[in-house]
Amino acid sequence: MAYPDDIRYTAEHEWARLEKGLVTVGITSYATDQLGDVVFVELPPLGRALEAMKAFGVVEAVKTVSDLFAPVAGEVVEVNGALAGNPALVNQDPYGAGWMVRIRPADAQQYGRLMSSADYAKHVEAQHA
Amino acid sequence: MPTSGAPKLTPFTAFHRALGAKLVEFAGYEMPLRYTGDVREHLCVRNAVGLFDITHMGEYHVAGPGAGEFIHRSVTNDVLGMQVGQAIYSAMCRPDGGIVDDLLVYRFPNRWMMVVNGATNAKDYAWLKSQVPAGVEFRDVTEETALLALQGPRAEHVLRGHVPDAALDLGFYRFLEGNAFGAPAVISRTGYTGEDGFELYFAPRYAPQVWEGLLAAGAPHGLEPVGLAARDTLRLEMGYMLYGNDIDERTTPLEAGIGWTVKLKKGDFVGREALLRQKEQGLARKLVGFTVDGRRVPRHDMNIESGGRAVGRVTSGTFSPSLERPIGMGYVETALDRPDGSLEVLAGGTRLDARIVPRPFWTRGSRRA
Repeated sequence: MAYPDDIRYTAEHEWARLEKGLVTVGITSYATDQLGDVVFVELPPLGRALEAMKAFGVVEAVKTVSDLFAPVAGEVVEVNGALAGNPALVNQDPYGAGWMVRIRPADAQQYGRLMSSADYAKHVEAQHA
Repeated sequence: MPTSGAPKLTPFTAFHRALGAKLVEFAGYEMPLRYTGDVREHLCVRNAVGLFDITHMGEYHVAGPGAGEFIHRSVTNDVLGMQVGQAIYSAMCRPDGGIVDDLLVYRFPNRWMMVVNGATNAKDYAWLKSQVPAGVEFRDVTEETALLALQGPRAEHVLRGHVPDAALDLGFYRFLEGNAFGAPAVISRTGYTGEDGFELYFAPRYAPQVWEGLLAAGAPHGLEPVGLAARDTLRLEMGYMLYGNDIDERTTPLEAGIGWTVKLKKGDFVGREALLRQKEQGLARKLVGFTVDGRRVPRHDMNIESGGRAVGRVTSGTFSPSLERPIGMGYVETALDRPDGSLEVLAGGTRLDARIVPRPFWTRGSRRA
């Protein structure tokens, strides 16, 4: 499977996109494939300070549940309100309309240390080896 | 079943792969978890018709003088009271009343078939084998048996013209032997979904023609293949047991709410004394069904509390696609089993408010009475 190469990744299957100083976060197509139909996404309130690689939310699918981990530390400045009424957006468009939160990063260097798409692809492959 | 090496394939595996199904190992077999999406597949069964490969289930052939008596003594339901052409659901217990497995028993003119869970097949076979009396033929025919379930309100329409007409007139839990899509088959009006439907048992060499025949005949009726994920949500909406989750050797049929399969007056059977004693003494705990407020979902093994006190554990939980809300089951102290009784489920650091409701959760299925 190919993963977009204009964004970065965590080992826990979140993606992060740096735009205009903000980091948008969602989960990868690999994650949605593992989870199946998403029925609920629990997101933090605006202003919440997130720690890097600490759980900040929950994705409930029909069959299973998974924590969401923050790729970078920082403050939540926006959440995707559309997911409340239509959580299936996460399955339909994981890298687009299925985004979850926007973070104002506390440390500008952290984003660059996340995995590249090639490294993430290797990471996923290793989990199935 | 303990497994080593590569999982077994069913005679339909190539079809699942061609359809792009996500395959997982289950009960030692590579099985389709989902084809398109859990909710879509679930609703397809509720609203139209779905096709399931359940070849992982185990089948035993039992025949010879004393075959019926042997099964009658091994399981809790009244096997000798069955008619030819009838199937029944039963528990099979240990002497202490713990459940070895739940299963179906089919009565043929000169033989019987037992259908057991795939995950418990090896254990069940050893258990039964150790009790087979001399003269009774007892054989594991799992490898010689392909099994498909066709489930949903449109199931009868899919089969019309491809099975004997008499099969379409079968009542619930009745079966006959006849050709299905040209394959000699056991055609059984049974299922695990709460919808009308059939289960077809036949030799694996007929797998391609039956699978392709069903997909072609089902297309005008909206038939889609359905994976194990939706099979689980469908059965849970009906409050049906999943062995290993809701029942096991530490639970009894009375506690699980399937006491209707325990016929204490039918004569002696394995577990009778223990179950009789439990019935007389009263149950310390019972399996209850509950709904949960909000959108967080109760999951297997989460703790259940009442008034700040641990009272049990979730055995099964899911988001119900039909009811569009979380549902679950779990064992709690009998005194807590009141309609509308409130419980709390501990989901990580979050407490979910749960309310006891009668089972089945879903009451609008097309299943025949």
